Amino acid sequence: MSKICQVEFKETAEQAKKLQEIIENYKHVEGAAMPVLQQAQDIYGYLPEEVQKRIAEGLGVSEEFIYGVATFYSQFTMNPRGQYNFSVCLGTACYVKGSGDIMAKLKDTLKINEGECTPDGIASIQATRCIGCCGLAPVMVVNSDVYGKLTVDDVPKIVDKYLKK
Amino acid sequence: MANLLNIKINGKAYQVESGTTILDACKQNGIRIPTLCYLKDINAIGACRVCVCEVKGVRTLVAACVYPIEREGTEIVTNSEKVIKSRKTTLELMLSNHNNECNSCVRSTSCELQSLAHEYHCDEHRFGGIKNTFEEDVTPYLVRDNSKCILCRRCVAVCKSLQHVHVIGPNHRGFKTSIGCAYENSLNDVACVACGQCITVCPTGALREKDDIDKVISAINDPTKHVVVGTAPSVRVAIGEEFGYPIGTNVEGKMVTALKMLGFNKVFDVDFTADLTIMEEGTEFLGRLTNGGVLPMITSCSPGWINYIEQYYPEYLAHLSSCKSPQQMFGAVVKSYYAEKNGIDPKDIVVVSCMPCTAKKMELNKPYQENKDGIKDVDIVLTTRELARLIKRAGVLFNCLKDDTYDSLLGEGSTAGLIFGATGGVMEAALRTLKEITEGKELEKIDFEAVRGTDGVKRATVNVNGIDVKVAVAHGIENAHTIMEEIKNGKADYHFIEVMCCPGGCVCGGGQPIQPADVRNSIDLKAARAKAIYDTDKKAKLRKSHENVEVQELYKSYLGEPNGHKSHELLHTKYTNRKK
Ligand code: SF4
Ligand code: SF4
Ligand code: SF4
Ligand code: FES
Repeated sequence: MSKICQVEFKETAEQAKKLQEIIENYKHVEGAAMPVLQQAQDIYGYLPEEVQKRIAEGLGVSEEFIYGVATFYSQFTMNPRGQYNFSVCLGTACYVKGSGDIMAKLKDTLKINEGECTPDGIASIQATRCIGCCGLAPVMVVNSDVYGKLTVDDVPKIVDKYLKK
Repeated sequence: MANLLNIKINGKAYQVESGTTILDACKQNGIRIPTLCYLKDINAIGACRVCVCEVKGVRTLVAACVYPIEREGTEIVTNSEKVIKSRKTTLELMLSNHNNECNSCVRSTSCELQSLAHEYHCDEHRFGGIKNTFEEDVTPYLVRDNSKCILCRRCVAVCKSLQHVHVIGPNHRGFKTSIGCAYENSLNDVACVACGQCITVCPTGALREKDDIDKVISAINDPTKHVVVGTAPSVRVAIGEEFGYPIGTNVEGKMVTALKMLGFNKVFDVDFTADLTIMEEGTEFLGRLTNGGVLPMITSCSPGWINYIEQYYPEYLAHLSSCKSPQQMFGAVVKSYYAEKNGIDPKDIVVVSCMPCTAKKMELNKPYQENKDGIKDVDIVLTTRELARLIKRAGVLFNCLKDDTYDSLLGEGSTAGLIFGATGGVMEAALRTLKEITEGKELEKIDFEAVRGTDGVKRATVNVNGIDVKVAVAHGIENAHTIMEEIKNGKADYHFIEVMCCPGGCVCGGGQPIQPADVRNSIDLKAARAKAIYDTDKKAKLRKSHENVEVQELYKSYLGEPNGHKSHELLHTKYTNRKK
């Protein structure tokens, strides 16, 4: 099975310290998994495997339990946002204009799935709902740059533009 | 005193204790309600909703397995058209996202979903739509096929509560929910102990043992191979269930006949090496006791338990007896003593071991389970369930067979070896021998009742030749964990501890026949199967390991002394820190 997150885990001493504090605070609290995961995600921007392991050990529960909670709630993510976040609108207007194909091409070009980040941490893919510029459908947004009226062939060119920076 | 309530079920009046669930109240009065997720003492989560009933005054249908009757005059209907329709729809929804391949499924005829679908005359195509697809998770001991999982979570509850391991659980949500390990890992990569308890509680074919039957058939049909089979103590008191015998029937004689008909070159008894284990382990224990060795000494017969301590308490590996398990000793003796006596090259021998256990399938490939030329002690492990399938497939009419006896050389087993199959048995067998040998006189009382029975942890003090020996017996990893914590916190002053990975010991091992929830909810399998063992022991003549004549001969003509040089080379092993 492929790994859920291929980005190497890195943290600052400050992040580690904060996480430790949170775990300490919740050590003896019933139902601590949710709040601890939430705050951990605030610290790291996502929930790396290493962080989940520390939470499980710290709270004295199994890793599977923590992972089960983390995958149950859609607000949790196990992949960081890349330096460039490619988000494709899958709202109705974009979808009928072929944004599904744009997404497929993007996944193929970056060789990652929706919700994932490339191992080097540069690019991530997200699906969004309508972003309000249906006139431009299909639309893709990279960080704050908006690209409209896309064709499948445009995708590798746009990707190149960022990755070759 | 319990508060009795007058209630009605399907219009008839009954009295039940307040707090009784509808399910139990019905069962007490001869009414069966179908269940899938409920398992007595293990799982009561009201998730599957096939047990729904009507309660007068309650707007929606209630789940009988978790609904307590607390009101005088409660009126329950278990079989109205509304109830039946609801159950049927629930089942059809399950089938709509189920890999329906009953024709070839290993659980066909013992599957609880299949039998309910049949009972409720379900249409598996009523709800169309897409189905989830899953890759199978294949390990050397079990296979998880989530395309047949109904998310009842019985496996999760067993793994978490009885086995204290909790490596599986529900991941994701809604339609995407699946049972698996953290980070979608394979069971191969997490600290699973390979006990197979999850298989024995699964109502469907989503969990099954890794099937090695074909390997055995090939070996038997290979003219260059000499194929030797041995059967563990607890197989004989359980395999009958696969052929319609009542739970707790000892069918040793028929099983031996069947094995001989299958074409094995020799049919031996692993009770023999259970006796051998007592000689080795008993001697090791006396050595530790008198020479200041590491105490408490903990038994090492149960490979699931070894998997647990290696992965969770590796700092205590020195407490384990260095004895190989009876299965591994069996292989080692076949490929040395037996091979030499019969002039057969060990390389040409295939050792097949029939076990109540899935962890044994993993054990045979572990390090230090081979001879000095790198030849593995054991080649193939079949669980009791696979052995039954092999017998059926070979067209052997088990129930019509006459009794036969094991072949000689490694075919004699005392019932001290036999009781290894139940929790407390190894300890009792060891005490019989230790006392009699050290005290030099015949035992007055051969039964050590204090270590028998299904209590999770049993403790006793036994005087052995003037020394008060404190012993403890635990079965199920949850209870083993209790003992390990006692040791860790310096609260244990035991000398000798027996641990069996599976609740009840091998009689309820992960490779034993599967009984549906209906049966498990009303009979204690642990006690029923153990009874067959102790009944046999009570009537037997040879009840002490050191009186086994074939074992004595093995020492005299081959091994020399227990714990001697040759024993160490063949019968002892080492363990590995595998903390994850
Ligand atoms: S799990 Fe049960 S219902 Fe499913 S294919 Fe197997 S026997 Fe049939
Ligand atoms: S084999 Fe035992 S430890 Fe492994 S998943 Fe099943 S119940 Fe849990
Ligand atoms: S694998 Fe079996 S026991 Fe576990 S949840 Fe699925 S159906 Fe239930
Ligand atoms: S909800 Fe009662 S058996 Fe599943």
